[in-house]
Amino acid sequence: MVNLHTLRRKTVNIVMLTITGLCTLFAAGTLVYILGYLFVHGATSLTWDFFTKLPTPVGEPGGGMANAIVGSGKLLLLASLFGIPIGFLGGVYLAEFGGSTFSFVVRYVTDLLNGVPSIVIGIFAYTMVVLPQKHFSTLAGGLALGVMMIPIAVRSTEEFLRAVPNSLREGAMALGASKARSILTVVIPAAKNGIMTGIMLNLARVAGETAPLLFTSFGNRYWSSGWEQPISALPVMIFTYAIAPYEDWHKQAWAAGFVLLTLVLTVNIIARAVLSKGRHVAR
Amino acid sequence: MMVPTRQHFELNIPSSRVNTPPMDATKPPSAAVRKLSVSNLNFYYGDFQALQNISMEILANQVTAFIGPSGCGKSTFLRTLNRMNENVRGSRMEGRILLDGVDILNQEVAYVRRRVGMVFQKSNPFPKSIFENVAYGLRINGLATRATLHEKVENSLRRAALWDEVKDKLNQSAYSLSGGQQQRLCIARALAVDPEVLLLDEPCSALDPIATAKIEDLIFQLKSSCTLVIVTHNMQQAARVADNTGFFLLGHLIEFDNTAVIFKNPAKKETEDYVTGRFG
Repeated sequence: MVNLHTLRRKTVNIVMLTITGLCTLFAAGTLVYILGYLFVHGATSLTWDFFTKLPTPVGEPGGGMANAIVGSGKLLLLASLFGIPIGFLGGVYLAEFGGSTFSFVVRYVTDLLNGVPSIVIGIFAYTMVVLPQKHFSTLAGGLALGVMMIPIAVRSTEEFLRAVPNSLREGAMALGASKARSILTVVIPAAKNGIMTGIMLNLARVAGETAPLLFTSFGNRYWSSGWEQPISALPVMIFTYAIAPYEDWHKQAWAAGFVLLTLVLTVNIIARAVLSKGRHVAR
Repeated sequence: MMVPTRQHFELNIPSSRVNTPPMDATKPPSAAVRKLSVSNLNFYYGDFQALQNISMEILANQVTAFIGPSGCGKSTFLRTLNRMNENVRGSRMEGRILLDGVDILNQEVAYVRRRVGMVFQKSNPFPKSIFENVAYGLRINGLATRATLHEKVENSLRRAALWDEVKDKLNQSAYSLSGGQQQRLCIARALAVDPEVLLLDEPCSALDPIATAKIEDLIFQLKSSCTLVIVTHNMQQAARVADNTGFFLLGHLIEFDNTAVIFKNPAKKETEDYVTGRFG
């Protein structure tokens, strides 16, 4: 005789499996759809000119986004110079020296900062740099992206340092190393792969940010020299080109999106490869 | 059964260290020298008192073992001897520990730890090469020049009876070694800075009998150049390697005497119950 209870159990199992399966399919499907769509439109719109030429004036066909690619590079460099040292050292403090109350506050504030909408970070940089200087600049954009990098740099550094076994710290100190010395020579090297990965993922994330740049680095249709002028960046170009009413601009936006996504994906894959290799070694 | 091979030890101990215990000129050479004198030591983790009024003398160039059930304070006691417990938040120590007659609290902590080395329960090689692990203490203490570094590393590995196994792969990761080799690497790392006392905190608890035999053999060999203090859960091990044995229970040092006395003719009922397995 078929047990009613068993029947119910099996039915619930099938229903739940179907629901969770469909949801997973939907989540993965969306990503595949976006990637595929971007690939089809982006790869077909991509030309060599995209990497080498400046944008052309409206109505003139051709041109590229060489200035935006370089611009994104310069902005990320500034952001790294600003965000990584602060984030890294903050993470070292939290993991190795933090007391209880102050650390709790710092951690809490860092998490809050991580949740602040990126446009608000842009307003912050606008008030701090653009308003006093009375013009948009690469500096302001770099600062905005740098501030965005801080929370993740702090927390990822802290997590990876915490993952270093305490026995290594004790081993170093038992040999006469001071706390600072043991952190510099044993703990940080042991966490090096993880920290590097965190920084790379962090960079990949801010590389795609548009909102903090809109009224800081603003955008530029020409080359930008030095750090005091407005500068072009890939995400901002995508935004500008995608909302313009010209067909060839749309193609350029697709190409830019494709390039940006390829960069971010490559960095992600490299970072994860480095991390898994590190885990294997450190057992 | 593993037969310990002794000959490579004898060859490799630097001659300057053999049979040169720090001697007090006023005493005959045969008299044992006090290396560490502990008096009225109390230790607290917060409100919990982990050590209760411990006093003992640890003699130079002998092996002293501490036995006792888990949580009896023997590891805590060991860690006070090189001030490792100072890193534990909320801990507090009372009493005096003299190293060669000088209070260890009056000496710089790095200096104390260089003189009193430590090997931990779980081998903890750094994620560096085998060579760099041993060189670490020499580098941070500035104890070797570029010319002498390699020689000192080799010497330490020989003293830890590891040289023949690793001499062809010094640049490989320390993690490529087996568990027993890793523990001997940690001993080599501790020996590199030439400590006068070596503390071993259950150094064999994660090792198989063959690796354990190698380490016990090593302890026996190191006696001529070092004072050894070992915490062990294994009473046979204490009986095999130690000259003197202390029995800890609930933070008290119940009995401390010659190893033969502790195991064959203990003065206290608790000691007898523990060493004969009738404990609890």
